[in-house]
Amino acid sequence: MAKEKKGVRLEHISKIYQDPKTKKNFYAVKDTSLDIEPGSFVTLLGPSGCGKTTTLRMIAGFESPDEGEIYLGGEPINALTPNKRDTAMVFQSYALLPHYNIFDNVAYGLKLRKMDKETIKTKVTNILKLVGLEGMEARMTNQLSGGQQQRVALARALVLEPGVLLFDEPLSNLDAKLRVSMRTEIRRIQQEAGITAVYVTHDQSEAMAISDKIIIMEKGIVAQMGSPQEIYYHPKSEFVADFIGEANFLKGPLKSKNGSDGVVDISGTKVDVKEIKNFGIGDTCTLVLRPESAVLADAGQLPCRVILSCFMGSYQNYHVMVGDNLVKITDFNPKNKKIYNVGDNAYVKFDPANVHVL
Amino acid sequence: MAKNQSASLDRKKFFADPIMVTTIVVLIAFLTLFILYPLAILLVDSFVTDQGIGFSVFRRIMKMSNFRRAITNTLKVGFLVGIASALIGLLFAYVEVYVKLKTRFMEGLFKVVSMLPVVSPPFVLSLSMIMLFGKAGIITRFLLHIYDNNVYGFWGIAIVQTLTFFPVCYMMMRGLLKNIDPSLEEAARDMGATRWKVFMTVTLPLILPGLGNAFLVTFIESIADFANPMIIGGSYDTLATTIYLQITGAYDKEGASAMAVVLLGITLLMFIVQKYYLEAKSTATLSGKASRQRMLIEDRSVTIPLTILCSLLAIFVVMMYICVPFGAMFKTWGYDFHLTTKWFKQVFTKYKGLKAFKDSFVLSLVASPITALLSMIISYLVVKRKFKAKGFIEAVSMLAMAVPGTVLGIGYIRGFSAGVFRTGFLQGLYGTGAILVIVFIVRSLPTGTRSGISALRQIDKSIEESAYDMGADSLTVFMTVTLPLIKDSFLSGLVTAFVRSITAISAIILLVTPQYLLITVQINEFAEKGAYGIACAFASILIIITYSAVLLMNLVIKYFGTSRNYREE
Ligand SMILES: Nc1ncnc2c1ncn2[C@@H]1O[C@H](COP(=O)(O)OP(=O)(O)OP(=O)(O)O)[C@@H](O)[C@H]1O
Ligand SMILES: [Mg+2]
Repeated sequence: MAKEKKGVRLEHISKIYQDPKTKKNFYAVKDTSLDIEPGSFVTLLGPSGCGKTTTLRMIAGFESPDEGEIYLGGEPINALTPNKRDTAMVFQSYALLPHYNIFDNVAYGLKLRKMDKETIKTKVTNILKLVGLEGMEARMTNQLSGGQQQRVALARALVLEPGVLLFDEPLSNLDAKLRVSMRTEIRRIQQEAGITAVYVTHDQSEAMAISDKIIIMEKGIVAQMGSPQEIYYHPKSEFVADFIGEANFLKGPLKSKNGSDGVVDISGTKVDVKEIKNFGIGDTCTLVLRPESAVLADAGQLPCRVILSCFMGSYQNYHVMVGDNLVKITDFNPKNKKIYNVGDNAYVKFDPANVHVL
Repeated sequence: MAKNQSASLDRKKFFADPIMVTTIVVLIAFLTLFILYPLAILLVDSFVTDQGIGFSVFRRIMKMSNFRRAITNTLKVGFLVGIASALIGLLFAYVEVYVKLKTRFMEGLFKVVSMLPVVSPPFVLSLSMIMLFGKAGIITRFLLHIYDNNVYGFWGIAIVQTLTFFPVCYMMMRGLLKNIDPSLEEAARDMGATRWKVFMTVTLPLILPGLGNAFLVTFIESIADFANPMIIGGSYDTLATTIYLQITGAYDKEGASAMAVVLLGITLLMFIVQKYYLEAKSTATLSGKASRQRMLIEDRSVTIPLTILCSLLAIFVVMMYICVPFGAMFKTWGYDFHLTTKWFKQVFTKYKGLKAFKDSFVLSLVASPITALLSMIISYLVVKRKFKAKGFIEAVSMLAMAVPGTVLGIGYIRGFSAGVFRTGFLQGLYGTGAILVIVFIVRSLPTGTRSGISALRQIDKSIEESAYDMGADSLTVFMTVTLPLIKDSFLSGLVTAFVRSITAISAIILLVTPQYLLITVQINEFAEKGAYGIACAFASILIIITYSAVLLMNLVIKYFGTSRNYREE
C-alpha cells in the first residue's frame, strides 16, 4: 500500500547539546553513519541516555544535526521542517489529540493533505480495520485502553503512507503481556504495509523479536550494527555482549594457536577455543559464554564451586566460581538431571563452538 | 565543538515558516512601540533638556516638598498595606487549608471574598468606606454618633487598599499551603511539638519566601494604585496622584515624566526582586503535590477563634461591597433614607449614562479578544518554540506587569501626542478610541500571558509535535491543537481582560478625550465632587456588568470548556 519504500541514510551525523548545569557542550550523538534499507525494520537499542531518541528526532526533523547529512530516499533533508518530511512518528506517550475522536485523529493528517471526504473516509476505515479498531471511530481518546491508544497512534501514522515510520519506545507504557502482543502486531502491520521502520527501544528482547537489523548505541556512538543473530552470537565488545542477553566473561592469555583454533589459560585451566585468528600468543582473550550455552557436570572444561543453586521451573539457575570469576549458568529442562547444591564442586561444560572470543 | 550547523539549520527551518516569522515581527513591533517606547520617552523627557543631558529636572522635582512627601507617603502606605494584606491573606489561607470548617456558609463567604475584588472596579471600597465611616457615614454618624470623623488620608487609603488586595495574597498563600506535605508537620507533632510550635518552626519557614512574595506583590499594587488615593486620600497625596496632578493641574510635562520615572524605578526594583528572587524561592522549598490528605484541625480552642476572626473580616468586606448599591437607592445618603430610583434614573437621563456604558463596553469588548489571543500567542511562543527574540518577548510582556498605569499614561501622552519621537508619525492615534483599546490591551496582557503560560506548560509537548509531524504548519498547529487545548485559559483570559478593561482607570484617565465617556472616569468624577448617590449608581451597574461577564464565562467553560471533556484529573 505504501507508494514507495524509502531508505534512510545518516552520514557522519553528530548532535551537540549543552549540559544545562555545567554549560558545557557534549555529543549526544557522535559521528553516526547508518544505512537503512527500504522496507526494513531497524531498531536502535541502548541504555538510557545513549542518544536513541535524539537520533530519531533528527530523522523526524525536530532536532537539527550539528554535523553530517540525513538522506531520505536519496534526498538530503537536513533543512526540511518536520511537516515537510515524509516521515511519521509514533510517540511514547501516544500524543493523540485529546479533543478529537478516533476518526478525526486518524484523519487529521489526511485533511491537511486536502483529500476529499470520501477518500479520507475509506482510508481511515481501512486502516482502523488493519489495526483492529473498526467500529470505534466515534470514541474519544480517553475512552480507550492503553493498547487501543497505541493502535490509534499507529493507525494515524500508517494512514499517511509515509516513506519511513519512526517509533520512540512505543510500548513502554503498556503492561508486559500487552507489550508482547503489540510488538508482534507492529511487526505484522509493518510487513503487510511494507514500510521502512526505525524503532527505538531499550528492551533487548523486543528488539530481537521484531527487527531485521539492530543498532546498538553506547554513549552517542554506534557500538554494533547487524542482524539479531549476528549481534547475539558475535558481539564486538563486552558492552554489546552484556547489553544483549546475559553473558559471562572469562579472561586469560592465549597459550597456543593452530590455525583458527587455540588454547586459552583461564585461572590455570587450559580451555580449547575456536576462531581466534586475530590474536597472537600471549594476548589476553575474553571468552564470552552465554549462560544457556553451558551446563554443570562431573567432568568438563572448567572446575568450579557452586555458590547459588535455584530452581526456576524451566531451568536451574546456578552461580559458580571459576577461580575468581563468577559464572552464571542456566541449565534448561533440569527434571532428570543431576542437581548440584551450594558448596558442591563441579565442572563447567560447554561446546567450544558456542564460545565467542573478544 | 560548535553548534554552527544546527544553528543555521534551525534558522532555515524557522524562516521556512513565514506566518510565524510575521507573527513574531508584528509582536515585537507592538511590544516595542506600546510598552518599551513610552517608557523610553519618559527617560528621554526627564534627562534631556534644552541645556543638554543631566539631572536638572530631577533636581527640580526633588526640591518640591509635596513630591518628597508623596514618596514617603507612598512607601509608608505600601509597606503597611503589604504587611497587612500578606498576614490577613495567610490567615484566610491557613483557615481554609488547615482548619475544619465544613459549613456551607463559611465556604460561600470565602469564595465571595476571593471573587469580589476581581469583579469590582478598583475604587468601590473607597466609596463605601466614606459612606460607612465618613462624616455622614452610617456607622460613625448614626451608630456611634461621631459627627466629624475624617476617613480621608493615610488610614483611609491603608484600610481600603488592604481590603482590596488581601484576597490576592489569600489565593497565593492558599496555593503554597496546599503544596506542603502534611507528613512534615505530622512528624513534628509526633515528636511532641504544640500546634503553635509546629506552625512557627515548620510551616512558617516553609512559606516565608512565599509570604515575602505576597508582600511585594501587594506593595507594588499599592504604590501603583491611583483610584483609591484619588478618592479617599484627601490631601494625603501619593506618587500616582501627585503625578496626575502635576500633568493635569500644573501642566508640567517634564516634571511629571521625571516623577513617573521615579515611581517606575521603585516598582521595577520591587518587581525584579519579586520575580527573579522570591517567586522562584517561594516554590522551591515545597515538594510539589501533597502526598495525601491533611488531617484538619478540629480542636475547638483553635477553630472557634480563627473562624470568628475570619468571618468577621469577611462579613465586613462583603458589607462594604453591599453598601454600594444601597448608596444608590437612598435619597440623600446619611440624611434621608427614603428609597428612591432617582439616582439610577439620573444616570441615564441627566448624565449620559447610556453613552458612558456603551463607550466603556464597546472599547473593552474590542480590546478583550485581542488581548486574549495575543496572550495565548505569546504564551505559545514562549513555552513551545525556540527562537532568538523569545527572551525579549517574554521579558517585555512581563515588564508591563510592573508598570503602574499612571506611568504608562504619562508615557503615552509624551510619546504619542506629537507622534512617535515627535515626528508626527502615528499622531492620528492620539485621542482616538484606538489608543484607549491599546492601553486596555497592554494593561491586561501580562495577566493573560501568565495564565496562558501555566496552562500550556501542562500540555505534553509531543501532542503538538505529533500534529507538526503529520504535516501541519505552525499556524495550523496553533489553531487546531494548541488553542482548543487551552480553551479554558483563553476564555477566562477573555473575560479577565474585559473586566480589567471596563474597570480600568489609572492610565485611561490621562488619555481619555471628551469624545469618549468612560464609566470609571465618571465614577471618579462624581465621587470627587461628593455626589455619592450617582457614583454608587454608576458603580452598581458596572459591578452587575462585570459579574454577569464572569458568570457567563463560568457557564461557557462548564458547558463548552475543555476540562469536562477529556482532561484527566
Ligand atoms: N534538549 C536537550 N538539551 C540538552 N541535553 C539533552 C537534550 N535532549 C537530550 N539531551 C541529552 O542527550 C543525551 C541523549 O538523550 P536521548 O534522549 O537521545 O537518550 P535516549 O537514548 O533516548 O535515552 P532514553 O532511553 O532514556 O530515552 C542525554 O544525555 C540527554 O540528557
Ligand atoms: Mg529516549
